[in-house]
Amino acid sequence: MEDAIISVRNLHKWYSGVHALKGVSLDLKRGEALGLVGDNGAGKSTLINILSGVHTADEGEILVEGRPVRIARPRDAMNLGIETIYQYNSMVPTMSIARNLFIGREPTLFSVFGVGILDQKKMGSESIKAIANVDLHLRSPDALVGELSGGQRQGVAIARAMHFKSKVMILDEPTNHLSVKETSKVIGFVRGLKAQGVTGVFISHNMHHVFDCCDRVVAMARGEVVLDKRIEETSIDEVHNVL
Amino acid sequence: MKRLFKTYLEKPELAGLILLVLLVVIFEIRSNGVFLNQDNLRGILGILPETGLVAIGVTILMISGEFDLSVGSVFALMPMCMAVLMVEGVPFPLALLAGLIVCAVIGFINGYVTIWFEIPSFITTLGMLFIARSLTIVVSGGFPPLLPADLPNWLFTSFVGPGNMFRMSFLWFAGIALLTSLMLSRTNFGNWIKATGGFHPAAASMGIPTARVKLACFVVCSMLSGFAGMLQVLRLGSPLPSIGEGLELQAVASAVIGGASLAGGIGTVAGGIIGTILIRIIDNGLVLSNVDANWFKFAIGFLTIFAVVANAWMRKRAKAIKMEG
Repeated sequence: MEDAIISVRNLHKWYSGVHALKGVSLDLKRGEALGLVGDNGAGKSTLINILSGVHTADEGEILVEGRPVRIARPRDAMNLGIETIYQYNSMVPTMSIARNLFIGREPTLFSVFGVGILDQKKMGSESIKAIANVDLHLRSPDALVGELSGGQRQGVAIARAMHFKSKVMILDEPTNHLSVKETSKVIGFVRGLKAQGVTGVFISHNMHHVFDCCDRVVAMARGEVVLDKRIEETSIDEVHNVL
Repeated sequence: MKRLFKTYLEKPELAGLILLVLLVVIFEIRSNGVFLNQDNLRGILGILPETGLVAIGVTILMISGEFDLSVGSVFALMPMCMAVLMVEGVPFPLALLAGLIVCAVIGFINGYVTIWFEIPSFITTLGMLFIARSLTIVVSGGFPPLLPADLPNWLFTSFVGPGNMFRMSFLWFAGIALLTSLMLSRTNFGNWIKATGGFHPAAASMGIPTARVKLACFVVCSMLSGFAGMLQVLRLGSPLPSIGEGLELQAVASAVIGGASLAGGIGTVAGGIIGTILIRIIDNGLVLSNVDANWFKFAIGFLTIFAVVANAWMRKRAKAIKMEG
């Protein structure tokens, strides 16, 4: 497909004998918000982990903007513009917002073999900008992430992905354990992605959230894609039935 | 409460510092002014670099989320290796290099085994505690070798400064403390160390090479311990195979009293140093205050438990604060 930003072809993954992905093929179109649903163990996390470089596929091919790529580490995925936001594990609570925004990609004044002095001024000013860009209102970039609410943390994670100009943002169950108000905030962030030209993959257990902010829904069960339709062509009931 | 939590995270060494000032005042009064006189301070400052350097290494490693119990043994092994080499006619600088390489290898093994086999560093380094101590005695052949006469004491142990206040070792200590402190707070590598210990899954998912970060901390910790051991041997003039026994626990106590979290992610080099000074001062001050010196370990034990309890309480509060949002 011409306008696919990520295509996966016939992806297989075994976990010590368990066939977790059974030949998954999927095209992710540029600028769309894709909802990925499925029960626990359906293979959606496996698929996401492969795209974000946490695991590697045993078989199959990944194409980013038409070119075959190898994603062996989280760093490779980031360099390709694929940013993943997890339920919990994308922020270090004992560190400040500014430091969290730049984890692993800190601007340095000078460096030797990749180790150098932090450009703290730049980190401060850029994080203020990044946070404002996602409409998040926080007192200071020096506030600790541990002080933020769950929704604010997801906001910072999204701000981080935006700041590094990611093309594809994968949100792995970002609304789990959030209050209703916080959840709607995160869903607002996902809706906002489109305006910024970012392709989104939104993984959730909650069908209503998916139908609230996505253009297309893909359902997985037992390691396979069992449904792939545009939101307006399907219904929550239909998706429930195939799962 | 948020305030307090934030202060603790930003300046975990603050409580230790307050306690330090308090104790100095108490000991100064109880000892009728002997405590802060020049001779006594000179004594404290002469020993401080040796335990202080070990505490710096242990603190950094603890921030990265790991633990090293073998530092006391490495403290003895490194100078013993140097002494044996020098007896064989190897010049001092080469022996120093060889000794540091031995330390680096031990640190690397500690880290590699811990990370590769995914076992607690507590166990790995407990094993290394015995191995390195045993090697120290095996290498020495049972008899501590005689150190050659032409050692560069001017570079490590001679008294310098106004009123001959410091030994050269103190300058090494101050320099290394400054460098490691800057490394932790001002460099991207320091950021990685804190992220790795603070929340490992986040650090890993953001592409930080967490295994290499931890390995580097293990190696730095071992090398600092060995270097500190060499300073002590040069000061004493003889490489005893028994030096540094119990030092590992004192170093952990220093780090914890200085506010480092056992779970990783929180702590400062300054905190580790403050913890070390506290321990040195209690040791010295109790004697000067005519208190039975056997209360020393009691005091250290009490302080450590107190610090960890305060630490745990803070973490609980921190969790409660997170829930509020």
